Amino acid sequence: MDGVIDPARARLGWALLFLAGLAFPFIVGNDYHLTVMSTAYIFAIATLGLNLITGYTGQFNLAHAGFMAVGAYTVGILTVDHQWPFWAAFPLSGLAAVLMGVPLGWVSLRLKGHYFSIFTLCVGYIMFLVIEKWESLTHGTVGIIGIPLPGPIGPIAFDSPRTLYYMVFAFLVAGVWIMRRIARSLLGRTFVAIRNSDDLAESLGIDLMRNKLLAFLLSVFYAGIAGGLYAGFVRFLGPGIAAVENTFDMTMYMLVGGLGTLLGPLLGALAVPWLTQYLQFLQEYRFLVFGPILILLVIFVPHGIVGTYLGWKAKRASQAALAAAPPRSSRGTQGAQSSPSTPAAATGAPPAGRPAPGGRHA
Amino acid sequence: MLEIRNLTKRFGGLAAVNDVSTTIEHGKINAIIGPNGAGKTTFFNLVSGVHLPTSGSIHFEGRDVTALRADKMARLGVGRTFQTTALFDQASVLDNLIVGHRLRTQSGLWDVLAGTSRLRTEERVCREKAREALDFVGLSHVANRIAADISQEERKRVAFALALSTDPKLVLLDEPAGGVNPEETAGLADLIRKMKAAGLTVCLIEHKMDMIMNLADKIMVLNYGEKIAEGTPAQIRANPAVIDAYLGSEHAEIQ
Repeated sequence: MDGVIDPARARLGWALLFLAGLAFPFIVGNDYHLTVMSTAYIFAIATLGLNLITGYTGQFNLAHAGFMAVGAYTVGILTVDHQWPFWAAFPLSGLAAVLMGVPLGWVSLRLKGHYFSIFTLCVGYIMFLVIEKWESLTHGTVGIIGIPLPGPIGPIAFDSPRTLYYMVFAFLVAGVWIMRRIARSLLGRTFVAIRNSDDLAESLGIDLMRNKLLAFLLSVFYAGIAGGLYAGFVRFLGPGIAAVENTFDMTMYMLVGGLGTLLGPLLGALAVPWLTQYLQFLQEYRFLVFGPILILLVIFVPHGIVGTYLGWKAKRASQAALAAAPPRSSRGTQGAQSSPSTPAAATGAPPAGRPAPGGRHA
Repeated sequence: MLEIRNLTKRFGGLAAVNDVSTTIEHGKINAIIGPNGAGKTTFFNLVSGVHLPTSGSIHFEGRDVTALRADKMARLGVGRTFQTTALFDQASVLDNLIVGHRLRTQSGLWDVLAGTSRLRTEERVCREKAREALDFVGLSHVANRIAADISQEERKRVAFALALSTDPKLVLLDEPAGGVNPEETAGLADLIRKMKAAGLTVCLIEHKMDMIMNLADKIMVLNYGEKIAEGTPAQIRANPAVIDAYLGSEHAEIQ
């Protein structure tokens, strides 16, 4: 997957993106743009998580926004109702999502394909309803108001849009970095094997439930952390954060960028919100423009922008490998012709005079 | 090597495999033949742990493995291929094979996050295993091509390589020569002999009678889920029950 790009160039690309992220507050003129970008980063973190379970492991979880809400409400409730400082509550946002994820994943991951998605769609809706109706805990539809700003860490105070931007950016960088490690490791390959075919993966000795659950928990951890950041950044929470529309938005980011790629979901999560910002003047009609664009994209660029690019690179590398390999006459005799390259004598025979241990029968 | 006693699998009222007892003999090429729907693939799925048998038992190297799941069977040394192999088409053939040796590695999430030397070592071992398996099946020259670009016969060989990279003792091959031309079939038969020569036990399902009769040391014939004959190719060829149930019906189809 990522192997088709030269590692040195890939590192250079990531370094340039990192520098662009660092420089962004100095390039844009106003705080509004910083806020848009910071919010996009938060959703990008959640999208990275969704991409792990959906893009890499092939299990489309529609409750993802619900887990983001769990993280957000963990911070909201602890800081507002129990006067915890933000930084004490924040680590629990990821933990709470994982704790919820253990029983839910354990049950739902027994289902395959669409059944898993339908089940998690219902789970997500139940999470939304619980948040909306359990007023004594979540303040219901009123929501949680007045979540405190993240307190200062050492000399760094998070009291301006710019410092908040850097705080969110730091978490995004960490999230991308960890995801990159996972995706390129044996663990990532294990997840991709499950996506390709769980029957084949299991026949290769991969424990499906264990690996799916691990991917699921990592994914909801990302959602929980993103939720915790959202609470500290937006400072107001309503049940709407758990709504399935948020999951669909994140799905759209993945599809636009490229499902099961590292850069794709990130690109989608940053580009799409800016595009909607610029179509803002169309008000409600912007979906008339946006819908068809999305449909065209799914039809003509089904692997997303990054996925299509990587596919093209892989194709080119493949053709280069063909050109570099010793020439082979025709496809039909390829099997027999390839055998001289193997050391053992058993396959060394030309197709016409194959050896017949155990007797030759007409 | 593999002892199967009174194995039965029912799907609702249908007995897909009915009271089959046999042994898969160590170091030999064991074949299973039978008309379509005879229960061959179900038999494979029972042996490899995909399905749980309704009754009967399976012993692998003396150990009762009747209730073991497929991934546990693979760990014990039972590799298998499928009639069609799902490969990740956008990745190279080598990349597709690296995960094949995953079951012999230990690295978990912590190794990934901390970047331990164990992970690096294991990733190198997996890559070497993948190359070795590709060499063995004679596909070193397509290692860097994407899986989408290789031929049907090469795909079959990749499937073999995947099974081999798990370090199996017994390999179950489900229609290894399905959908390839006669010359390629001969090449694949040679590869199966090579696997035997390397000390592996092979058990295969195949429809191509010429191939089986030349290749197998021992053949079991299934019909409607039941074993109707077992023996050497010569014995099977002379068995009236087989000619009746299998060859007879096939000849009828050809005419």
